[in-house]
Amino acid sequence: MKTYHADEKGYYGKFGGAYIPEMLYPNVEELRQRYLTIMNEASFKDEFDQLLRDYVGRPSPLYYAKRLSEKYNSRIYLKREDLNHTGAHKVNNTIGQILMAKRLGKKRIIAETGAGQHGVATATVCALAGIECIVYMGEIDIKRQAPNVARMKMLGAKVVPATSGSKTLKDATNEAIRDWINNPIDTHYIIGSVVGPHPYPDMVARFQSVISEEIKWQLKEKEGKEDPDYVIACVGGGSNAAGAFYHFLDNEKVGLIAVEAAGKGIHSGESAATSVLGNDGIIHGSRTLLMQTEDGQITEPYSISAGLDYPGVGPLHAHLYESKRAEFISITDDEAMTSGLELCQLEGIIPAIESSHALAALQQKEFGADDIVVINLSGRGDKDLNTYIDYFKL
Amino acid sequence: MNRINQKLEENKKLLSIYFTAGYPSVNDTVSILKELEKSGVDMVEIGLPFSDPLADGPTIQESSTLALKNGMTTDLLFEQLKDIRESVSIPLIIMGYFNPMMQYGVDKFCQKCAEIGIDGLIIPDLPVDVYHDQFQAIFEKHGLINVFLITPQTSEERIRFIDSISSGFIYMVSSASTTGAKNTFGEDQSSYFEKIAAMNLKNPQIVGFGISNAETFNQATKKAKGAIIGSAFIKYISANPPEKISDFVEGIRS
Ligand SMILES: Cc1ncc(COP(=O)(O)O)c(C=O)c1O
Repeated sequence: MKTYHADEKGYYGKFGGAYIPEMLYPNVEELRQRYLTIMNEASFKDEFDQLLRDYVGRPSPLYYAKRLSEKYNSRIYLKREDLNHTGAHKVNNTIGQILMAKRLGKKRIIAETGAGQHGVATATVCALAGIECIVYMGEIDIKRQAPNVARMKMLGAKVVPATSGSKTLKDATNEAIRDWINNPIDTHYIIGSVVGPHPYPDMVARFQSVISEEIKWQLKEKEGKEDPDYVIACVGGGSNAAGAFYHFLDNEKVGLIAVEAAGKGIHSGESAATSVLGNDGIIHGSRTLLMQTEDGQITEPYSISAGLDYPGVGPLHAHLYESKRAEFISITDDEAMTSGLELCQLEGIIPAIESSHALAALQQKEFGADDIVVINLSGRGDKDLNTYIDYFKL
Repeated sequence: MNRINQKLEENKKLLSIYFTAGYPSVNDTVSILKELEKSGVDMVEIGLPFSDPLADGPTIQESSTLALKNGMTTDLLFEQLKDIRESVSIPLIIMGYFNPMMQYGVDKFCQKCAEIGIDGLIIPDLPVDVYHDQFQAIFEKHGLINVFLITPQTSEERIRFIDSISSGFIYMVSSASTTGAKNTFGEDQSSYFEKIAAMNLKNPQIVGFGISNAETFNQATKKAKGAIIGSAFIKYISANPPEKISDFVEGIRS
């Protein structure tokens, strides 16, 4: 059967793999050799499930959005990842990876963060496990995301500014990778999305796959069938989308819609729509689609939403795009903000601006009255309040 | 015979210098190369700058950022090096990350190197197994030597595999770290240097990362065939004109 999952070497079609310097090889190889075995251990599964239930608050509800459905004349469900502890899907992955790190005997955790959501989710699980936590964050993002910086500090993490290059997420990722090179024995790197060298994209997708696992049984209860007609998710690196798509990837009857950030417009020069603007290359150890100059220098993306502000996508998504298994659409800042406010007013839910991009797919696409459309509401809008205030002059 | 192999047969400890093309100014490449040869340097690694050099410490990061700002590109570097073999005869290696080479086209990139008289490549993020599966034939067709890195954490089995695929020298990373100047090597490095020497590999080893002065050069080359200086040299040329390069080299050789 045709599959869209990673092969043994971490390739999705031609994308993926592990393009890493030799200095990283022992760490990445150790993880590659052990991740599946560890994830399949009964004690690991028990601990993971228990923490997702009692600590994160899973299962997250699958909510039938009645007024939104009426407006768009379709059957729209929201997968409420915004109700997770720490406010987004990111914690599903960090819970999994901290348990992985403990089983690998690691004593020190590093992570990168852009908006600070993944940094907060990592700092949280490190506090939970009593493990040292260092979060790299671009100097510019530290200024833009002060509340999340404060949260990480309260949770006991050390936040280190990335001052190289463009001083944002891609540079924070570079710094985290450099830290790992310099600390090859006792450190585990908790990557925040389905990016990086194999096995990260596959491992993170598996940890996030709980999203689609729940969608299946929740839809069965509510609609009498497991499969929706469409699943919609926003894509920065692609982890919430990977989790929401995961159990539907090989079922081509389910339409997958990946939403990228068009920023101020795809051809405005300020955009993060990687599938349109990017091409085949290597970023952070993975072969995938990325935004770059003709000369192969990685360029700086732009989106009003810090979580979508990454110049690449994970290799799974590059493959879903090239194979046309998923439809990729791009949403501008303005469209996203409008849809975010609409959700507030129709359903009483303030979404993260990342998730507002997924919601804005409703403005671009038309669905049938009987179509079951699941939108992954990847996070809540608390962290974005200042952006909403500035934008709507509240 | 490839100039690298010839050089490795000389009965001396080799000094290799790394610098980032396009730094300090965009047109320094050729004059730096000439001065290096005149000063008695044995081999040069010309750094093709990359926006995201993830194996590099602050010095090489900064030089890369500035080189790109100065306008360095792959085409421009090839253009600058077009007639380099009329004036420089020591082995020349291009060191860079894989993405710019991939965008140029690996085959075209290698062909261009061969035309110019580049002898080898060092590509830290092109792993040995991917090279072996996909690119070895292309490199060999153009007579280029690809140099692989080993580190203190590289297993013996993997070192043997890398040795079997290599045809020039092995780049021995001195310690688990990104590039950057250190002032001394400790016990750990000495025992690592000895361990590798005792493996009797088919390829000679050249030590890099953390070599900054005569002392570290001598420590590194006690067992190994040579050593590579990068960050310390870049710091030096930030503050001194190319004509002063011989002072730096004399300081290392003393
Ligand atoms: C709420 C939310 N959604 C989506 C994303 C984008 O990440 P990914 O594409 O990995 O899901 C982020 C990243 O910070 C986020 O905070």
